[in-house]
Amino acid sequence: MQAELARELPPAGFNFENCKRNEALINGGFLAPKTVKTGTTIAGIIFKDGVILGADTRATEGPIVSDKNCSKIHYLAPNMYCCGAGTAADTEMTTDLVSSQLALHRLNTGREVPVVCATTLLKQKLFRYQGNISAALVLGGVDLTGPTIYSIAPHGSVDKLPYTSMGSGSLAAMSVFESRYKPDMTEEEAKKLVRDAIAGGVFNDLGSGSNIDLCVIRKNKTVDYLRNYEIANRKGERTLDYSFLKGTTIVTGTKTFNLDITETVIPMEVA
Amino acid sequence: MFQQMNIQQNFPEYNIPGKQHHDFSPYESNGGSIVAIAGKGYAIIAADTRLSSGYSIHTRKQKKTFKLTDTTVLGSTGCWCDTLSLTSLLAYRMQSYVHTHQKTMSTNAIAQLISVMMYNKRFFPYYVSNVLAGLDEEGNGVVYSYDPIGHCEKTTYRAGGTAGALLQPVLDNQIGYKNQNLAEKPEITKEKAISIATDTFISASERDIYTGDSVVICIITKDGIEEKTVQLRKD
Repeated sequence: MQAELARELPPAGFNFENCKRNEALINGGFLAPKTVKTGTTIAGIIFKDGVILGADTRATEGPIVSDKNCSKIHYLAPNMYCCGAGTAADTEMTTDLVSSQLALHRLNTGREVPVVCATTLLKQKLFRYQGNISAALVLGGVDLTGPTIYSIAPHGSVDKLPYTSMGSGSLAAMSVFESRYKPDMTEEEAKKLVRDAIAGGVFNDLGSGSNIDLCVIRKNKTVDYLRNYEIANRKGERTLDYSFLKGTTIVTGTKTFNLDITETVIPMEVA
Repeated sequence: MFQQMNIQQNFPEYNIPGKQHHDFSPYESNGGSIVAIAGKGYAIIAADTRLSSGYSIHTRKQKKTFKLTDTTVLGSTGCWCDTLSLTSLLAYRMQSYVHTHQKTMSTNAIAQLISVMMYNKRFFPYYVSNVLAGLDEEGNGVVYSYDPIGHCEKTTYRAGGTAGALLQPVLDNQIGYKNQNLAEKPEITKEKAISIATDTFISASERDIYTGDSVVICIITKDGIEEKTVQLRKD
């Protein structure tokens, strides 16, 4: 029965069949649930030997922090990673989908995919949906043309830059880059700069917070995904112990069922 | 769109489609939370020190508690400019009371006055979440909490502000012993109240983006008002 229902696969693409109903519900006074936003600070720069991407780890639902340590640097290909800001589901699904397309492209062509290719796939998808897919991306990678950073806005416009930032903390991060970025920095210098840029967002933008993730992609194709590169904010320690005494919860009633369990264990054939 | 003509006269409709005027929005939420607990011989009131709007922080060290008399402290959050105008008007009214009656106001009298002053702006309210803590005539703690238009409720503990909804159930459970089946429910000591207030702020700053930086705790006893500051998350 279950198999019969699932025999026909749904058509590809988004399903809009609940739009009319949801509109009617909202007009009737129903409060729609909030989406998880990564009101984020993400950034990327080019340095001497490659690119470095950075991100904070806070996800929010309105004024509430819904995830204190989420991961915003997404894998695209062995030579490419992509930071996502905006609606969490959109950034994840968009990068996942493009990641699969890039994998297929790699298998079809038998060579490493250039970073522009991922940029094109992403911007064409985002432009097709006219900004309704709210994903603001910072894409970084290395290919035969060298290291590149792209920033892709939700409507599909693309910038190719030596350093960029996105998300609600982009101004804080960009102020750090504008004052301290210079071309051909060493890896240590560049990591410090991206850390400071993200920290600028973490401490000065309420949409960003918690920890700092970094991702270094070098020209020699080695990648360092530095998850929680810095624990920028530690959880406060409470002064009291809040464990409850046994019996704190009132037992309102007890019912006992006697079950006769008959079980025969047939040993697995090993030989 | 301009072809929409009035049928009787040959004039275009005066209500031309498009934006007519900007909405007047005089309010702003500047965030912040308050916790007040009252017990035998003491009252404490704590408020965080982050002042913000939208996604930006205005300052990390804005005290939101106002010492009104030697036995009364008001905590006020919400629209900060309304807090300022309410408290300065309150200071004026309290001074006036001193001159008229030749005595400082009791906590109970201040509670009443705040209620009246807030209801006075019933149709253009002060957008604030007020919690008043102090000692009553017997020297015991009392807490009064308000809604933005002057409804006043006397309680023994209260959480208000942006994380109010997060903190109130914790106080209900820990101070009010709600949903706890215990043989004895000991009175909350001053030290325990301070610890619980501190801990609720530590927890609130984990999940509420408008609560953080530090928390100032005012401890009110017959010996005066003591102030304590505890650091919170800065992100």
